[in-house]
Amino acid sequence: MDVSQYLEIFLDETKEHLQNLNTRILELEADPENMDTINEIFRAAHSLKGMAGTMGFKRMQNLTHDMENVFSEVRNGTIKVMPEMIDVLFQCLDALEEYTDSIQFSADEGSNDNENLIRQLNDILDGKDAEGGAPAQKKEAAPKEAAGAAEGDKWDNIALNDSQIAVIQEALSQGKKVYGLNVVVQEGCMLKAARAFLVFKAVEELGEIILSEPGAQEVEEEKFDRDFTLFVLTETELDEIIKAAAAVSEIEGVTGAPIVLENNKYFGKAAPEEKAEAAEQKPQEQTAAPAPVPAAPAPAPAGQKAPAARTDNKKQTPAKPVVNRTVRVDIEKLDSLMNLVSELIIAKNSLVSASDKEQTKTNSAFNEQVEYLESVTTNLHESVMKVRMVPIESVVNKFPRMIRDLSKKLGKKMELYMTGEETELDRTVVDEIGDPLMHLLRNSADHGLESAEVRAQRGKPDVGSIFLDAYQDGNNVVIEVRDDGNGIDVEAVRAKAVERGTVTPEQAANMADKEIINLLFLPSFSTAKQVTDVSGRGVGLDVVKSKIESLSGEVEVKSKLGEGSTWTIRLPLTLAIIQALMVVVGDEKYAISLGSIKGLEDIPTSDIKLVQNKEVINLRGTVTPLIRLNEVLDCESKRSKDENLIVVIVKKGDKTAGLVIDELIGQQEIVIKSLGRYIKQCKFISGATILGDGEVALILDANALI
Amino acid sequence: MELSANNAPNVLGEEGRKPVETVQYIVIRLGEEQYGIDIRNINNIIRMQHITRVPKMPGYLKGVINLRGEVVPVMSMRLRVGLSDDEYTKATRIIVLKLEQEGNVGFIVDEVKEVVTLSDNDIEKNAYNANDEKSNLISAVGKHNGELITLLDLNTISLEGN
Repeated sequence: MDVSQYLEIFLDETKEHLQNLNTRILELEADPENMDTINEIFRAAHSLKGMAGTMGFKRMQNLTHDMENVFSEVRNGTIKVMPEMIDVLFQCLDALEEYTDSIQFSADEGSNDNENLIRQLNDILDGKDAEGGAPAQKKEAAPKEAAGAAEGDKWDNIALNDSQIAVIQEALSQGKKVYGLNVVVQEGCMLKAARAFLVFKAVEELGEIILSEPGAQEVEEEKFDRDFTLFVLTETELDEIIKAAAAVSEIEGVTGAPIVLENNKYFGKAAPEEKAEAAEQKPQEQTAAPAPVPAAPAPAPAGQKAPAARTDNKKQTPAKPVVNRTVRVDIEKLDSLMNLVSELIIAKNSLVSASDKEQTKTNSAFNEQVEYLESVTTNLHESVMKVRMVPIESVVNKFPRMIRDLSKKLGKKMELYMTGEETELDRTVVDEIGDPLMHLLRNSADHGLESAEVRAQRGKPDVGSIFLDAYQDGNNVVIEVRDDGNGIDVEAVRAKAVERGTVTPEQAANMADKEIINLLFLPSFSTAKQVTDVSGRGVGLDVVKSKIESLSGEVEVKSKLGEGSTWTIRLPLTLAIIQALMVVVGDEKYAISLGSIKGLEDIPTSDIKLVQNKEVINLRGTVTPLIRLNEVLDCESKRSKDENLIVVIVKKGDKTAGLVIDELIGQQEIVIKSLGRYIKQCKFISGATILGDGEVALILDANALI
Repeated sequence: MELSANNAPNVLGEEGRKPVETVQYIVIRLGEEQYGIDIRNINNIIRMQHITRVPKMPGYLKGVINLRGEVVPVMSMRLRVGLSDDEYTKATRIIVLKLEQEGNVGFIVDEVKEVVTLSDNDIEKNAYNANDEKSNLISAVGKHNGELITLLDLNTISLEGN
């Protein structure tokens, strides 16, 4: 069977399962008795094994199989979760990740058998066998029996509602036949839903499906194990229907028999009067019958009390937490959708400006529609944005495991506390943010946290804490990595900078602590006394900084010696459409991102002071330098010299500056366009946008101007 | 076919039956001179419109325009070939070229005159000294109806000075 086309799905799902396993095993380490966790682990390992087997990755299958055995014994309570076992399991996950990586790059799992790990797993199993092999065997046999018993007469275990019973009775009384069909899909079938659909279609040609279990909706979403049951109302013979259904490829077997209502477990439950009533209402109910069908599975689990029925139920729909229905979409398709939305917003802006110009002529109905269009496009934009947003969870989830490993490797006790994993960011940003965060965390673990002795001396708890907090702040998302370790030793950095010749001793002496700390972001600057394989090679922080900046974000560090440091990453929520303030300088229009604007001021010329021959204003106690945009942009100001200045106060971190402009236009939603590779962008122009009248306006990057 | 052409180039050439490769050029006017641009490079010819100036750019780079939602840089062809600055008239056009590396780039020209079809025989290559700065932009000279058309090499024109 050619499986290459499924490789991508396989890799995606394998990664998901591995991540899930990592998280769950960590949970298990903290709470070894939690049955839910154990069950979840078992299910993930089981699916992993199944998928690997289907794709023909034998080594991966073997390893997961042995892992599954261990989980299964843990689930049965025959072996207890031990710390050594957790270690082995983590190693197994690493090995599986290796397989997955290898498959991703070469479509081959490689030749590492990981015999060592398999032996260790078996040792764990053997340890158990000495204590209680017998009960395990017994337990294994039991579900099989139950499953066997349930097999043949599945349709008799399905709850029918009154209308369905009525339909069946009506049909029988008309001399039609009602059959129960149980269809089993081949093991390893990749497109179960498609096969099931073909079966549905084949059967529907010969008769009418009045009920399916699981419901048609679930079957379509592949929410069934390997088999499903149909109730068919027909005039043809049973054999013919079975033949038609079995003709669909990848169907292992179809069994069927006429339905005898009396045999149905739930038939008796309906009160006799109700039945009679139902019979009276037959005509109406018959038409209503198709509607309740999808709802049918819902009452089923509630009514199932018999043990046999329960195993049955479990088999069909594994008790997974209900997952949101999702579609995997290529990010490129989302990009093109985003572009189209951008075009639409530009078109909308043109309509708005056209209606403004001809205000006298336009009627109110037109304006109303334009306003309506405006709200629709804004909502559309938000929705598309939301589609592109993913929680940072997918990235930060791997960190607890990493910290656990680092803790063992470095011989330091530490704990990672994360909050705000659900914070959402643009998909492209999330994809890129993982590495910088990992660098910062490693940095905290290696350089930040002190060794146990030092911590004891300083009276800190012996377990070091690292915090990763994410939250949304206006149009930005802030991610903070914080530790309660040593903090940055500014003097050590200063000395190092001089030693390396980065700055002269005089310069170093005059630099503020903050500037010194910023030296850390220079390439190949590391103060770690030894190079470990965790960090200290000096390739970390400059990479972090450049990566964050390439995402239009910024990174800052605050540190107090002896108390710890905080690294703050600030990222824009979106990269494509922003709210901006439109201003006029000379006779040109410019846009300034609202995110960097602190306020607007009207300043009389008399308030301008000169400090070191530079213009500043005293704005409520803070000295704010003035930047005359017409000078920066090489154009003539239209305002006369003694007029009051219109100043846009912009901020960058703690710094502020006042941009002197000629005129304000107002706030507008703008679509950021690149100026193209041809124009080497001048530093303070971050892009361009297209205005409502079709003109191009440049976007000023306030950060670069300060 | 190639062979026969090589054997008797004169005879066949004069009769015009030679299956030579022909290329269509758009003829533009810059001042008094005529230039030809390979039609395959041309994305669009548009009327003069408002150009948004981009600060701190070399003089020949006039700014950017909006070409159906795309921001396209525009430069002055006159300044690139060493003529005086543009004077915009009714005939002034922006030719948008699709270049391999830079994508769309617009050029301001005084007038777009016509489309001519030139065969290999009408084109004289290397007529200019390659060391001459200006001639770097010129790939060849074409002859059409007794007039000379300077053929521009546009991949160099846009790259230079950038």
